[in-house]
Amino acid sequence: MVSLVLRSGGWFVVALLAFLALAFSADTGFAIHMGIVMLAALITMWVTMSGADYGSIARGILRMPADQSRYDDDPIRWGVIAIMFWGLAGFLAGLYIALQLAFPVLNLGLEWTTFGRLRPLHTSAVIFAFGGNALIATSFYVVQRTCRARLAFPALARFVFWGYQLFIVLAATGYLLGITEAREYAEPEWYVDLWLTVVWVSYLAVFVGTIVKRKEPHIYVANWFFLSFILTVAMLHLVNNLSMPVSLLGSKSYAAFSGVQDALTQWWYGHNAVGFFLTAGFLGMMYYFVPKQAERPVYSYRLSIIHFWSLIFLYIWAGPHHLHYTALPDWAQTMGMVFSVMLWMPSWGGMINGLMTLNGAWDKIRTDPIIRMMVMALAFYGMSTFEGPMLSIKAVNSLSHYTDWTVGHVHSGALGWNGMITFAAVYYMAPRLWNRQRLYSLRMVNWHFWLSTVGIVLYAASMWVAGIMQGLMWREYGADGYLVYSFAEVVSAMFPMYVIRAAGGVLYLSGAILMAYNVWMTIAGHLREEKPMTETPYNEAADRPLVVAPAE
Amino acid sequence: MSNNKRIDQPTGTETVGHEWDGIEELNTPLPRWWLWTFYATIIFSIGYCIVFPFWPTANGAPGGTSGWSSRDELQKTLDARAEELQPVHTALATTAIGKLEAQPELMQQAIAGGAAAFKVHCVQCHGSGASGSKGYPNLNDDDWLWGGDLATIEKTIIDGIRQPNHPETRFSQMPAFGRDGILSAAQIEDVTSFVRHIAGQEGASAASQRGQALYEANCAVCHGPAGKGDRTQGAPNLTDAIWLYGGDRETIKHTITNSRYGVMPAWGERLDKATIRMLAAYVHSLGGGEAAPTPQPVEAADANGGDNVGG
Repeated sequence: MVSLVLRSGGWFVVALLAFLALAFSADTGFAIHMGIVMLAALITMWVTMSGADYGSIARGILRMPADQSRYDDDPIRWGVIAIMFWGLAGFLAGLYIALQLAFPVLNLGLEWTTFGRLRPLHTSAVIFAFGGNALIATSFYVVQRTCRARLAFPALARFVFWGYQLFIVLAATGYLLGITEAREYAEPEWYVDLWLTVVWVSYLAVFVGTIVKRKEPHIYVANWFFLSFILTVAMLHLVNNLSMPVSLLGSKSYAAFSGVQDALTQWWYGHNAVGFFLTAGFLGMMYYFVPKQAERPVYSYRLSIIHFWSLIFLYIWAGPHHLHYTALPDWAQTMGMVFSVMLWMPSWGGMINGLMTLNGAWDKIRTDPIIRMMVMALAFYGMSTFEGPMLSIKAVNSLSHYTDWTVGHVHSGALGWNGMITFAAVYYMAPRLWNRQRLYSLRMVNWHFWLSTVGIVLYAASMWVAGIMQGLMWREYGADGYLVYSFAEVVSAMFPMYVIRAAGGVLYLSGAILMAYNVWMTIAGHLREEKPMTETPYNEAADRPLVVAPAE
Repeated sequence: MSNNKRIDQPTGTETVGHEWDGIEELNTPLPRWWLWTFYATIIFSIGYCIVFPFWPTANGAPGGTSGWSSRDELQKTLDARAEELQPVHTALATTAIGKLEAQPELMQQAIAGGAAAFKVHCVQCHGSGASGSKGYPNLNDDDWLWGGDLATIEKTIIDGIRQPNHPETRFSQMPAFGRDGILSAAQIEDVTSFVRHIAGQEGASAASQRGQALYEANCAVCHGPAGKGDRTQGAPNLTDAIWLYGGDRETIKHTITNSRYGVMPAWGERLDKATIRMLAAYVHSLGGGEAAPTPQPVEAADANGGDNVGG
């Protein structure tokens, strides 16, 4: 009882502080944000006080099985739903801004809907909301199963989930309101950064706590990757967001660094957000779900050690390649380039280990649409981790930098690798999390696979062509020794490419809609009657923690 | 967890002996091609760091054995280009613009260079096709506000239009007839009717007749008795179909009421002589370029007074 009073009282104090901050705020954006925080605190207080078992109500609505002897899967079930929701939102925002580039009238003449504000909304929605929820959910799923232990600090795990959603809402509304630090992929302002720090440290505590209480003598490779991702992102986030608020009651802050130091800090962060969030974290996902779905041993333990350590050691130095031919000193540019080149094989180690795990089960590519998605994800991973080092070479970069080639490169990685491996992981987890015999429809997974694949091909191919065309047009000199094209002429030449790119986006989004429907029907407990495809059997008896160490 | 190593049947490889949630790992050695390619990238990188700037040198600044630096490379590229264009630039800087037409080859060079410079400095307002937009004249037609021969265009570019603190700038200012209370709203309606009448957009009416008297009293001093404009003060020709801000009733009323104050930078302060000469040659070549006037200082009542309504 005392703890109930303390907890609900605590949330009330938070709500009160948010209200005071709202009342004395220095700008409207900050006031709106404090309103959101106050609302979140009041809802949490209500949930704490009313004593109703919202957990079981939610389980009822979302038809979640509640078997306490098994893993602590509720936050993961919410995570699966959040992945679907934010995925659709992020893809839709992406499609919309892709159309804005082709048809500028879609900016609507309103400040909130301009490309400049919707673009960070799109990137954050897909990277941090879709990708972040995928990482949190799968890491909780994987760490419990490979440690044979339930989550440490279950209340904190729930705080991580909801706290992260609040971070997403604050970030997203901030972009629309024009609140931004103007640091790519680190746009949220100082108070949202502080909140994320709290959430992230809690995430680290839950993850490490679970590893500490593991029932297995060794830590599985997927967890090395997840842990390196959580730790490094914490470090990147803290350093890159060092800033001084103008007022404690206002949204604006100024960065601790200036000039080229600031640029270097930003791209040290920016590149390692790709390296540790989108590469290391998703490799953790891959290392669990690929061998599980293929029912095959991981190809090479030795390769996993060497490529893990070489990857995380080399990645952290590669950031300066984003600043080739700028005010950044030449030696730093040299460093950024050579570390990127050396990254090629360590990155490919993950692809080899994933693909070669199918040794002995190659026939599944033909029959199992989820394996096919995983293979496509690894193929795109391989392509973009080859393309990355290539683009970091200064001679190539002088053509590609600032063009849409970069955009194509990022999306072949994001749509192909991050998207496909997340889809596969969700398709793997959904029936198991909800205790269903199988997915609602495997044929729909197959359709999703083809829609996404064709979508990515249209996207990447059009942006490659667009980027190379842009680069060549910008630098073209005529016979008389003068530049041939003005900037606006290059922009207008991009139009057909932008339209093709948007068409690719339509396909990719349609695939995701199909997936949301499929997952939803699976949760609802329906099975589509269809010609069967290969399923990976689910061993329910084995999917539980080891309470007592087995006597051997 | 079991520490049982076993041979995996399909691959014939031994496992490591660990197992997590049913996942085992094979003890496959590192693929040789992978390892050797990794070594090769490391060796390449070490070599690259020796040749290109990486380690601090004796004088403190990092430098490679090749002596390459991005700053040097840029300077060399710029120097090489400047050298290549040097003869043309010198010739242009020393050839009076009036003499340019006598040297077709140099003229051709000037137009090519002007096209490039135009794309950098002028397209923001005049558009990449030089066709202008509202408030920014179309440079492709033969309708000129201040004059369309080579020397006049060059002067306009050098001194700009309505540039503060620039005594040589092209300057004129139309009164804001409505805002400053010179004409009433009804009178402005009448003048508008008259202007649209002489522009051939409206038939004669009572309003346009009333407007004519007002026009003669207030407007003719700059736009001329017949509305043909006056290039000495940049007063546009009101009788043609070309409008800088728009020839519909509302826009004309707005222009008369509030006046207009179009500006253009004085490029003489920013660009070198040769580049300005090139720009003049390019703009002149677009289609509306006029021959140099015979030495008669003013051709006030010439047919094409200017682009339109507006200051």
